[in-house]
Amino acid sequence: MLSFILRRVLAVIPVLLIVAMLVFGLLRMVPGDPAAVIAGDAATNEQVRDIRERLGLEKPIPVQFAIWLGRLVQGDLGQSFFFKKPVADLIAQRFEPTLALGVCALVLAVSVAVPLGVLAAFRQGSWVDRLVMGLSVMGFSLPLFVLGYLLVYIFAVELEWLPVQGYARIAEGFWPFIERLILPSVALSVGYIALIARITRTSVLEVLNEDYIRTARAKGLTDREVLVRHALRNAAVPILTIIGIGLAVLIGGAVVTESVFAIPGLGRLTVEAVLSRDFPVIQALILLFSCGYLLVNLLIDIGYAFLDPRIRY
Amino acid sequence: MPSSTPESATEPLDRVPGLPSPPGTHAAPVSIWRRVLRNRAVMVGGLILMVMLLIALLAPWLGTVDPTEIDAASRNRKPGAEITLTGADGESREHTAWFGTDNLGRDLYSRVLYGTRVSLTVGFTVSVIAISIGLVIGLVAGFARRLDGPVMRLMDGLMAIPGILLAIALVAVWGGGLTTVILAIVVPDVPRVVRLVRSVVLSVREEPYVEAAISVGAPTIMLLMRHVLPNTLAPLIVQGTFLCASAMLSEAALSFLGMGIPPEIPSWGNIIAEGRSLFRIHPHNIFYPGLFLALTVLAVNVLGDGLRDTLDPKMSRRL
Repeated sequence: MLSFILRRVLAVIPVLLIVAMLVFGLLRMVPGDPAAVIAGDAATNEQVRDIRERLGLEKPIPVQFAIWLGRLVQGDLGQSFFFKKPVADLIAQRFEPTLALGVCALVLAVSVAVPLGVLAAFRQGSWVDRLVMGLSVMGFSLPLFVLGYLLVYIFAVELEWLPVQGYARIAEGFWPFIERLILPSVALSVGYIALIARITRTSVLEVLNEDYIRTARAKGLTDREVLVRHALRNAAVPILTIIGIGLAVLIGGAVVTESVFAIPGLGRLTVEAVLSRDFPVIQALILLFSCGYLLVNLLIDIGYAFLDPRIRY
Repeated sequence: MPSSTPESATEPLDRVPGLPSPPGTHAAPVSIWRRVLRNRAVMVGGLILMVMLLIALLAPWLGTVDPTEIDAASRNRKPGAEITLTGADGESREHTAWFGTDNLGRDLYSRVLYGTRVSLTVGFTVSVIAISIGLVIGLVAGFARRLDGPVMRLMDGLMAIPGILLAIALVAVWGGGLTTVILAIVVPDVPRVVRLVRSVVLSVREEPYVEAAISVGAPTIMLLMRHVLPNTLAPLIVQGTFLCASAMLSEAALSFLGMGIPPEIPSWGNIIAEGRSLFRIHPHNIFYPGLFLALTVLAVNVLGDGLRDTLDPKMSRRL
């Protein structure tokens, strides 16, 4: 087991390095002096010279990469000249809303999508199945921001049940916090629900065709017992995989959702950074999101081994 | 009680599309295309898409006025309002603003019609470019063993960055504009195509008839043309459809965030972005373009589902 975990962890390291190289290369793709690009338009010559020295720009590119990576590993993400703050502080400030939104959307998506997928598989070909599949295609097709505004229009502007926009920290009380997260989480989770429900249906269908399910039914187990003891357990691996892979959809969606609902999180920060061409912040955010994405998928990978001992080859 | 789907039950046993074809039969038999055209999803999706294509082509004739014409006198009108426009020549024309006007007095109906052009162009171009680049890299990775490792690691790295985030970063580097937006959406799509093509190459290479061809010294180019490329066709068409749908959504999202197509071009994302400020009073500025966008993407997705079920049953069993 330990060697399995170790192998998985080691396999992620080269991918992380490549991501770091791509993010490092991003700044070099911008025409002009990287130091001037980082410093922004309002920088003085002195500031640009400082940055040039700090980055070691007179040294060969591989050395520059090593310097940059070395700082990164120590948690030094550089300085934002637009926000006039260390990038790490900026990210720390904006972290909570995005985490809250992501967790809410994730919990919502999994608790809606998995039962829907299972139901569709159990009643394959019925109207329930067709409804779930139809809704899932629609979920893929509905643009997140249009859905977001539609929800705001119905539930906030017309019915006045929920606030239109904004975010309240969890420290300001639970209800104000959760109240402002309902609409964004619903909007964000719809595409994710479509994805998970589809894969759940397919993988449960596949399992239901297995001999051991027939045996289980033959010995008189009820649908519920078949589902819990045999079907879901065996279908869990592809479902977990898609939950992990689909996180990319969730991260991308968070950027749009936070803009629609004026949530001051990392997604909104990404947009602000791009619009003000604040490259140290853009680089740090891409790294952060990608690392988070890889880490969760690594944990899911390791999780399989607990679920299904056959995977520990 | 679950059973196999009707499609797979009626599959002719001699020729299963999506599986490597035996030598000499690589040209798809007519029956497959007939089955594709008989598929209801293909028909419905294709039909809506055709309508959208017509709208895009005929926008200058269907549109009532110039979509970029600003008219301070008729700002923020409700859908169906009667507008009197005074042109530069002093002549006044009357028309009905079917979808209302935006906060600069531009006719929303005409703008939405012209937006069809942007979305279809982006969707089509992105899928064609992504598939072409991905095909070449995938073939190289599948055939040149020494390049396989490095190329696939690079693809893993690209896939580790959430797609829209990578596109956003690339737009930040290259600046906004139609071409840069298309390229920025292409880059995150390429690794997915590469993986698909490479997996087809690797599975075809294992086929006995391909081994036989290699053993008698068939040149690589012939293996490629006769055995590999025909087998990539069906999955690539299916993949291309889904790439087209997601590209249209990505373009709209980028434009909505203010980092996509330049604001003077009426794209659905831009119209929605401009409608945000007055959303509570004039929600139609968001809902009409949103409806067109959702309908077009839905049509492409439904078409893709139909194509997948008929052309590529191996993949349809997976998804």
